[in-house]
Amino acid sequence: MTKYISYRTKSDSFSIQIHMRSIMMILLLLLVLLFIFVISMSAGSSYIPIQVVLEELFATSDQAFVLNELRLPRILMAGIVGAGLGVSGLILQGMIRNPLGSPDIVGVTGGASVGTVLFIVFLLGEVSVQWLPLSSITGAAIITFIIYLLSWKNGVTPIRLILVGIGISALTNAIVTMFMVSSEAAVASKVYLWMTGSLYGANWQEVMIISPIILLLIFASLFFTSVVDVKQLGDDVASGLGVRVQFFRTLLLAISVGLAGTAVSFAGGIAFVGLIAPHIARLMLHRSFGILVIGSALMGAIIVMVADIIARTAFLPSDIPAGVFTAGIGAPFFIYLLYRSKGEIN
Amino acid sequence: MLLFNTKPYARWITLAVSLLLLVIVGIASLSLGKMSIPFTETVEALFQYDPSNTNHIIVRTSRLTRTLIAITIGASLSIAGTLMQALTRNPMAAPDIFGVNAGALFFIVFSSTFLSVESLTSYMWIGFLGALVAGVIVYFLGSLRESGLLPTRLILAGAAISALFVSFTQGMLVLDEQKMQSVLFWLAGSVAGRDMETLLPVLPFIIIGLLLALSMGKNLNILMSGEDVAKSLGQNTFMIKVLAGFIIVFLAGGSVAIAGSIGFIGLVVPNIVKGLAGPNYQWVIPLSGIMGAVLLLLSDVVARLIIAPSEMPIGVMTAFIGTPFFIYIARKGVLKND
Repeated sequence: MTKYISYRTKSDSFSIQIHMRSIMMILLLLLVLLFIFVISMSAGSSYIPIQVVLEELFATSDQAFVLNELRLPRILMAGIVGAGLGVSGLILQGMIRNPLGSPDIVGVTGGASVGTVLFIVFLLGEVSVQWLPLSSITGAAIITFIIYLLSWKNGVTPIRLILVGIGISALTNAIVTMFMVSSEAAVASKVYLWMTGSLYGANWQEVMIISPIILLLIFASLFFTSVVDVKQLGDDVASGLGVRVQFFRTLLLAISVGLAGTAVSFAGGIAFVGLIAPHIARLMLHRSFGILVIGSALMGAIIVMVADIIARTAFLPSDIPAGVFTAGIGAPFFIYLLYRSKGEIN
Repeated sequence: MLLFNTKPYARWITLAVSLLLLVIVGIASLSLGKMSIPFTETVEALFQYDPSNTNHIIVRTSRLTRTLIAITIGASLSIAGTLMQALTRNPMAAPDIFGVNAGALFFIVFSSTFLSVESLTSYMWIGFLGALVAGVIVYFLGSLRESGLLPTRLILAGAAISALFVSFTQGMLVLDEQKMQSVLFWLAGSVAGRDMETLLPVLPFIIIGLLLALSMGKNLNILMSGEDVAKSLGQNTFMIKVLAGFIIVFLAGGSVAIAGSIGFIGLVVPNIVKGLAGPNYQWVIPLSGIMGAVLLLLSDVVARLIIAPSEMPIGVMTAFIGTPFFIYIARKGVLKND
């Protein structure tokens, strides 16, 4: 039997039901995250024993420099980006009611890439880098709108949306390549480094720029818990219960696009995280949107952080983009999902 | 698409027009570029070659090679796409969409990064192997369960496999930054700066592939009328499929070894041809070959001119042409039986 703890304010204006097992699971995920964080701090081109990690954190020795200036921002970046992608995927999957939704598959990431590359090629140097996420989000929003428009034919079916997304992704790739080839070598290599989805060279400034945006958007999405939970029953039921379905759908889509765009702006397209994280979260947790948001965020963070540990230690001294490893897990998983979902995805 | 194909003379008109286009675009490809050469002089260079004339030398050497390579690759990719569309009964099938190009690319970059393979002949064989592996994976995904993957899902599976190979390829290139610079252009697909030595080792396989493909029209027609019908007409459907599979591997793998991954040609051309000339594969295969050559030549000419004096990778151009088409088919619905 499932156990819930109910909480209701006296005026009935706010009530929340907490699923006990999910709380335990989320605590467990937090512990795993902490564990990975510590390992992540000690692993790298130079191994720093865990004891030292704990002692030197926020100190000022040489090792502390490696820890605080090189590794810490990179790890935080991995976590934040993963969380953003995870929640973005969760929202997309819920909205198109299709387990295959993910910002990179549907083409949102491609749009963000174009926005980012345009910024790097034309604006970087003249405008502060803190505006980069805005450019990425704008690109993501415009392309998402175009994809949605092109998929529209008496309504939007998920499969058409995904197919159009694949097509548009090819186009956005071409646009990125075009700008890369036609700009100077220095700019081109900067773009390439970014494009491969690498967390290499993440710094505090970047972390400080994207963290507030992503955390704020994730927090905002929590407010939609009751709406989304009701919407699971179907658009008609939801409308009947007084939910402005279309309005909330647009708002949620905006949040999802914002999250994906921000995540892409500094870390490039780390593929398939938005696909996998929500699925694992759904396996572990109660199907209430609010809990899934937290779960997907944690799972996304864990996935990208683990991928990044492998990425920077497996081929020393080289630093592989973390996206290579997420794609290695994500693509087979995607194909598995294709098989499993027999009739439900059209 | 068009209703044109109901008329019996449509094929002949299509054939004549596409041959005419091939000649026009071919001459344009020989004349235009960093240094434009008048058309009359280009024709002169072909028929009354004067070794002391610089323009003639340009036409006869770099431009001619480049043009021949573009024609070969364009024809190969389109015919590979035609065969794939017939085998899978899926109008969105194409070497790039099913991950065959990405597979060939991955194997080639892998062998050059980790196994220090450098000769072009080896690249070619490795490209064949990669195309085969990716093709077999997708084909098995399509037939694993009793009903297989429905057509649209096969496309999604192809996209996922493509994404996987591309991402692994990028990962390897990051390992070796110097190689990255030299390979980047090739990755995006390009027919620039290749000499005849690039084409020659691969050419026999491509020619064999093309000839075999041309001879398969009738078999494919029968196959398209249904597996059971084909069998009862005495066709060995299994052998036809295997043979077609090998042709696809030669054509697509060989193209990637020469020019990198050029997308969308294999998707767009067969569909246009079927729209213009009807679904008879005895016609669709040769017409696709010619039209593919035309489209790739045209893309290459534009790729040369659009940001002159530097060049755009041709894969970028074909993506610009191909994406609207891809979306058009996706909207129209592959999906009749999905």
